[in-house]
Amino acid sequence: MSAAARPGSHWLRHGVVYAAMLPMLATVLFAYLGTVFWSVRVSVSSSRTLPSSDFVGMAQYTRLFASERWLLSLENVVVFGVIFIAACLVLGFLLAVFIDQKVAGEGVLRTVFLYPYAMSFVATGLIWQWVLNPELGIQSTVRALGFETFTFDWIATQDKVMYAIALAAVWQAAGLVMALMLAGLRGIDDSLWKAARIDGIPTWRVYMSIVLPMLGPSIGTAVVLLSVSVVKVYDVVVAMTQGGPGLASEVPGKFIMDNLFGRANIGLASAASTVLLLTVLALLAPWMYARARAARNGGHR
Amino acid sequence: MIRKHSLAIGASLAVLAVGAAHAQANRAEVIHWWTSGGESAAIQEIANGYKAAGGTWVDSAIAGGEAARSAAINRIVGGNPSTAAQFNTSQQFLDIVKGGMLNNVDEVAKKNDWDKILPAPILKSIKIDGHFYAVPVNIHMPAWFWYSKAAFAKAGIAAEPKTPEEFFAALDKLKAAGITPVAFGGQPWQEKIVFDALLAHIGGSDLYLKVYKGDQKAIASPEFKNVLASFKKLKSYTDAGSPNRNWNDATSMVISGKAGVQIMGDWAKGEFQAAKQTAGKEFGCFPGFGPKAPYIIAGDVFVFPKTTDAAAIKSQQLLATVMTSPATQVAFNNKKGSIPIRTDVDAKSMDTCAQQGIAAMKDVSRQLPNSEMLVAPDITGALQDVVTKFWNTNQSVDDAVKAVGAAVKG
Repeated sequence: MSAAARPGSHWLRHGVVYAAMLPMLATVLFAYLGTVFWSVRVSVSSSRTLPSSDFVGMAQYTRLFASERWLLSLENVVVFGVIFIAACLVLGFLLAVFIDQKVAGEGVLRTVFLYPYAMSFVATGLIWQWVLNPELGIQSTVRALGFETFTFDWIATQDKVMYAIALAAVWQAAGLVMALMLAGLRGIDDSLWKAARIDGIPTWRVYMSIVLPMLGPSIGTAVVLLSVSVVKVYDVVVAMTQGGPGLASEVPGKFIMDNLFGRANIGLASAASTVLLLTVLALLAPWMYARARAARNGGHR
Repeated sequence: MIRKHSLAIGASLAVLAVGAAHAQANRAEVIHWWTSGGESAAIQEIANGYKAAGGTWVDSAIAGGEAARSAAINRIVGGNPSTAAQFNTSQQFLDIVKGGMLNNVDEVAKKNDWDKILPAPILKSIKIDGHFYAVPVNIHMPAWFWYSKAAFAKAGIAAEPKTPEEFFAALDKLKAAGITPVAFGGQPWQEKIVFDALLAHIGGSDLYLKVYKGDQKAIASPEFKNVLASFKKLKSYTDAGSPNRNWNDATSMVISGKAGVQIMGDWAKGEFQAAKQTAGKEFGCFPGFGPKAPYIIAGDVFVFPKTTDAAAIKSQQLLATVMTSPATQVAFNNKKGSIPIRTDVDAKSMDTCAQQGIAAMKDVSRQLPNSEMLVAPDITGALQDVVTKFWNTNQSVDDAVKAVGAAVKG
């Protein structure tokens, strides 16, 4: 590039950047936002097997919230979400603290903990299903060892099946939380630890009162990632219980898929997905707001 | 694999280039979901028949019925349909017929006298407003009773139960002998099959039809309550591992003699065959209680998306003719485990269960349509939810009656 071309190159450079972004922009606008609006449109029509262009107002939503299965799905996903997020955060944090002790074989352990996240739940869910099956897995093994009264049949029990699913989901996602927390822990300066040691503060207290608050951004990221996976939870349920026993482990994602394909009811399915979309937006908005505010404050500092 | 792949790409390119589609004689692209070993061997028989009749078969196998049906519908809506697409013999394709998106096969139907040779429930499903919109290829019976002869002998059960009372008595004997009486797969669709079986065999054909027609009086009747109570009673004969068990795992319990009976479709026969067991020797089968028991009919059909392309229409007609010809019917159904759609075929080469089935089909009064032929997929789904809830919770019979009444209204 010669110096003579400099005055015009500003526009040229921006032009190139925008041109490069165009395909992505078009994809987002038409493929992503377009389909979102189309789904919302279908949700206010009487569509069944085929999309129709009539308008029935809120009828699909009325039907949706009159459906026992949908309400049960919402209830289940809340129970699952609370257990899943809390357990992942606690377990992920403890794992990160453990690895942060400069243990031997850190690289291996980190990979082992993170590995479940890299595997498809369609495969691992099947193994979990066998492990938790009262006739095949843990329960029958322990009973064979002589503990005849040992019972561990969560996956086959109406009011405990969500715990069984949360257990498997935590196994999968805790490693991811560990990785996020570990990155945060590594970002904390050694001098802080030295200062605390001089002051004679017990280690657990340092973690609780100093380290945890400093991990705020990591925790925030983890919570958002986990929340989104709660809202769209589907594969783990399909692989482990298919929504059963009965309707006890039905989740919104499965309700949508069943109605979209098996039950030829795309109007109802679109109404349900619109409700899910609004839920995700409601979860994301406070986080994005907080992040924007933090960025502004950071600028002043 | 790679060759197959490039073939598929080639095929889709051929569809895109309209001119190229005419290049091959009677080219037919068929969407179906028969991907397992036995199933793909079965569809191959149809493909062979079509090739022998001078056609070019383009196979579009998509794993999973729901995925295959939605792919077919998406392509119809998108304006690039396949030549033919598989559906179940049911109301699954009613909406696309009403939407005017299918070609009829009236010509083939008239030439082959379908009105005479096909069973009434199937005719009712494929003949809409006087036109034939689908080609049936098989009859599946979704609710056979499969039992282990060894388990029955051990429990001292002399003969196949002929009444519901004898059936429950046999289950008691199995239980006393330390055998799991019912091999049960606790997934909603399997629970629904067992429920439909009891509704047909304990409630009877009349009640079955009335319930699926949404007759609220029949649903509130003591007979229907008895069906629900019997269904729930069956649960005490299942084991703790039944929730979410796959159907083939339940079948293997019968194969090994660990369990006595399984209520499942005729596709279970493939599992027995794979374990080198023969019908009538190691295992037995009966379609219901006694010689007059209803015989539930389900199955698969192919539909032909609307097109004005003369060459494509010719392919569709040829496909319809080949699929229903007696030779293809026997070859296909022998591999599929189902029975032919017509009773005028030679049944000697089929096993005793299939022969029982063909005999049952000859008695018109025993033919009973599968619930999916009677109500829309939406309502089938809602009923499945009701049944699975009733089976798995402490819901009372009266509450279940109310839930059934609400579900059939849609």
